[in-house]
Amino acid sequence: MSLISLTDLSVKFGGSTVLSRINLVINKGEIVTIVGPNGSGKSTLLRNVIGALQPTTGFVERAPGLRIGYVPQKLHIDPTLPLTVRRFLSLPKRVSNTRALHALEKAGVSALEQRQMSALSGGQFQRVLLARALLNDPQLLILDEATQGLDQPGSARFYQHIEAVRQDLGCAVLMVSHELHVVMAASDRVICLNGHICCEGAPEHVATAPEYRALFGTGTQGALALYRHEHNHSHDDSVSDHNCAPDETAT
Amino acid sequence: MSFLDDFLVRAALAGLGLALAAAPLGCFVVWRRMSYFGDATAHASILGVALALGFDVSVFAGVLTTALIMATTVSTLAGRGYAMDTLLGVLAHSALALGLVAVSFLDGIRIDLMSYLFGDILAVSRIDLLLIWGGGLSVLGLLCWRWSALLTTTLNPDLAYAAGLNPKREQLVLTLTLAVVVAVAIKVVGVLLIAAMLIVPAATARNFANTPERMAIAAALTGSFAVLSGLHVSFVTDSPTGPTIVSIAACLFVVASAVGAGLRKTR
Repeated sequence: MSLISLTDLSVKFGGSTVLSRINLVINKGEIVTIVGPNGSGKSTLLRNVIGALQPTTGFVERAPGLRIGYVPQKLHIDPTLPLTVRRFLSLPKRVSNTRALHALEKAGVSALEQRQMSALSGGQFQRVLLARALLNDPQLLILDEATQGLDQPGSARFYQHIEAVRQDLGCAVLMVSHELHVVMAASDRVICLNGHICCEGAPEHVATAPEYRALFGTGTQGALALYRHEHNHSHDDSVSDHNCAPDETAT
Repeated sequence: MSFLDDFLVRAALAGLGLALAAAPLGCFVVWRRMSYFGDATAHASILGVALALGFDVSVFAGVLTTALIMATTVSTLAGRGYAMDTLLGVLAHSALALGLVAVSFLDGIRIDLMSYLFGDILAVSRIDLLLIWGGGLSVLGLLCWRWSALLTTTLNPDLAYAAGLNPKREQLVLTLTLAVVVAVAIKVVGVLLIAAMLIVPAATARNFANTPERMAIAAALTGSFAVLSGLHVSFVTDSPTGPTIVSIAACLFVVASAVGAGLRKTR
């Protein structure tokens, strides 16, 4: 049974249509990535999935009792709100000290337990956000441009961590990203969004689709190939190499 | 209950009841940047006083109703993309002005306007005390019950949605408790200074707290101290009590900010 399914979902703000006729099903344990240019409705789509927005038409169906772990794009903490990392982990549900420490250790930030959230660096902050999202043992992990503000190696590590988490917990992952090459290589399915779903499928299928190229050009192909190449050697031999373009990686 | 015969004891208990209820709510007002929201609700309550006296119902009920209407109006408009700052400025002061005009039409009823604008804590009756503590304890109970959800919503509404909470419902909790605190506080510090009792102790407590809970507790202690020493100073110097309480709270804020800044430097 699917975790969540959107049927013919459309969203209008004022008079303008932001999303039209979206059909999307997320199954247990799969990693789905949404890519799309600015203003293509990626965040709106996620907000429909978590229930923060109601579709203008269409339906969102969630599996009964679905546990969602959500890592927002940005989390502004007002300077007047004192909040330690430990306290943040217990929001909204209190967790035991053992579990909290374990979660921080797993995220590699165990030394920060008593630190103020506002005193964390960008990378530490994202790891704490992720640790909190995982504490509730989610069936579906949702990441909204979770690596914004991280450098390239930082975000690569972040996504490796996500992959490890998926293997550990068996949760599905739905993420939005603009870092096409990194994200696409780690996904089971990519959805290319621009107000509607332009194309979707396995990463290598989407990367070569004309709709995708129309949106993003072919410029990212090189980086994609470079990354995918390394990836293949480690643990994914199902992806054929025919769309790698190593000659472009020099630029 | 002979100790309640002393007006100073009644005043102290009334002030403490308000300080305890205002502390956690004040923290949310500060965290969510709703201080003007508190002001608007408080100022509207003078209209409630006028209506209550005009229609001969209890002042508490009149104030509670108008405060509730005002708070609901403001939090509804908040979601509609108006420039909140301006809107609240307009609403707060027009409600106050309208209230003052309405009061002036009350022929035949001698009304001590000053006592509603600045409170009349020394005239607190046993019934008032019952209302203040009843209201205060319900506010505390409601906030404790919804604490975690409120905190999550305050941090980020989407985080709350993802956890299966409803931020709109939590906003309603704040609206409701704010109206109750305003109704309770009108006797103690008056319409003009209610927002101060919400914000000043919370802002003072911020300097020494590292978790939200500690900030709320520190705010309660600060507020209680301001009430008791304010009563004392006002008794000795014969100054108006409500404004004296707020002045003491303001002094505490200044001292706490200086000490807090010093602490952060040495760390």
